[in-house]
Amino acid sequence: MTLLTEESAASTQEKAHKVRGKVRLREHLMGWLFVGPFGIVFLALLIAPLAYAFYLSLWQKKLIGGTSFVFLGNYVKAFTDPTFLSGAWFVIRFSLVAIPLQIVIALAMALILDAVTSLFTRFSRLMIFLPYAIPTVIGAVMWGFLYSKSFGPLSDIFGLFGATAPDFFSSNLIFYGLINVVTWQWAGYYMIILYAALQGIDPTLYEAARMDGAGKWQIALRIKIPLIAPALLLILVFSLIGTLQFFNEPQILRYLAAGTIAPGFTPNMYAYQQAFGLANFNYGSAISFALGGIVFVCVYAFLFFTRKRRSFF
Amino acid sequence: MTGSSGAGARRRPQRHLPLQIFLGFLVVYFLVPFWWVAVNSSKDAPGLFGGGNTLWFADRVDYFGNLQRLFTYDGGIYGRWILNSTLYAFAGGIGATILAVMAGYGFAKYRFAGRRFSFSILLGALMVPATALVIPTFMMFSGLGLTNTIWAVILPSLLNPFGVYLMHVYARDAVPDEILDAARVDGAGEVRTFLQVAFPLMRPAVVTVLLLSAVASWNNYFLPLAMLSDNRLFPVTVGLGLWQGIASANNAGSTSLWSLIILGALVSVVPLIIAFFTLQRHWRGGLSVGGLR
Repeated sequence: MTLLTEESAASTQEKAHKVRGKVRLREHLMGWLFVGPFGIVFLALLIAPLAYAFYLSLWQKKLIGGTSFVFLGNYVKAFTDPTFLSGAWFVIRFSLVAIPLQIVIALAMALILDAVTSLFTRFSRLMIFLPYAIPTVIGAVMWGFLYSKSFGPLSDIFGLFGATAPDFFSSNLIFYGLINVVTWQWAGYYMIILYAALQGIDPTLYEAARMDGAGKWQIALRIKIPLIAPALLLILVFSLIGTLQFFNEPQILRYLAAGTIAPGFTPNMYAYQQAFGLANFNYGSAISFALGGIVFVCVYAFLFFTRKRRSFF
Repeated sequence: MTGSSGAGARRRPQRHLPLQIFLGFLVVYFLVPFWWVAVNSSKDAPGLFGGGNTLWFADRVDYFGNLQRLFTYDGGIYGRWILNSTLYAFAGGIGATILAVMAGYGFAKYRFAGRRFSFSILLGALMVPATALVIPTFMMFSGLGLTNTIWAVILPSLLNPFGVYLMHVYARDAVPDEILDAARVDGAGEVRTFLQVAFPLMRPAVVTVLLLSAVASWNNYFLPLAMLSDNRLFPVTVGLGLWQGIASANNAGSTSLWSLIILGALVSVVPLIIAFFTLQRHWRGGLSVGGLR
């Protein structure tokens, strides 16, 4: 009797195991079926190019003697190349000014739009977001017109006050000219993300804070901002990745700011010039890869210092 | 639901005049470039360079003539650029979205072997700068004879790791396992469960990913600039960049080209602005997904 029940229990268990095994296999298969197509694209267009870029960067092509293996020679060359170093220093400096500026403006706008509701604020929300719909190239073209001495409005506006207009294409001011373009382009997008996060906060929290005697500023600083910290972190990381790759805007304004923006103004422009201007694909790949390395280090350093890695992902 | 609407009703309508005035200044700042382009695309070369008011119309307002010149210049190349951009945005956007929706759903709803490993590689890939891939992709494509074809622009824009991440987060939270199991018990296959049960639930995030990928392809500049040499394949961004380079290089001889560039910039932004305004309801819900969790 006992033996029988034991036996049947064992057999049902075995059966269940078998069924589960079938289900498991099916689950593996279906999972890979869904992820597979993206996986192929991912391997072909991300992993393979990265590996190929690394491979290319280990070689050097000379006019005489052909291609030779130089191992990390191109990287040694890059990190002692004044053009690459000044470009890398420029994008790091640029990030340190542009990103905090954009995020402070976006945060201020999002807090205002969250606190004040009227027809005008709804209209402004859309208008502030509008530049995001504009390709960065077209945005740079548009600001190029505005900065232009021959048909821009700056001389008219400053002329009203009897002052001479600043020349944003001069080597002193191009930094600020570019800061303005990227702020105009991206602040509205960041504002929308932060605004969406603010709208997701439970309003009863404000009620409770007010009962405890918190003012508007305290609610904004102590409740709203801490609660949208994940969204802030997300846009910080993405703006850091984007800004270190700076290419479109300086490349476009280069034509107008003749002489101010050199072909190696940012690392990406330098890589482009080396690869497509000078057909120096090996060194261009090394610069791209070195820039990718800088981005990785900066992002990880940032995430490490904020110690929010877990909550981000 | 009733609780939150009750709290909303209890909140006094708040006006805050100083804040609204401050906001007004910001709106002016964000709109100035559009205003300048809208006004100046009505001018001809003398109106543009004649030293009149740069923020107001000249005596001659000639949108129609300028439009005609824009679309007939160089054999109507501008219209071709707009069509190319549209093709790249649709093909790249739709393709990337299909791949991202499937992969995000797969990562969220199936415990398959290698899932954790491949997902962590995907997260690492979010940090890879897209432009670092342009040079090696160009080299690979040139070996395959794909450079200077439409595929050189469309294929790389199929890759959208952030879209997969977004879809994964959304599918994980918005599609309950119980509903999927119920559909399976009722005899629906995995594919049908995905298409008829899960997909409708993921729609807000799908629209957001579609819009983000289409905008990314429409805005793309570095990749087509590197890949394409035939100007009949250019998207409008590369085309206008080309014109701007020509116009700046010989400043005196090409004053008429400037008015085409200004109007060209205006015309090229209209489709996107319309898309954003009409799809507003859909993407606003999806944008918060990546940030909140």
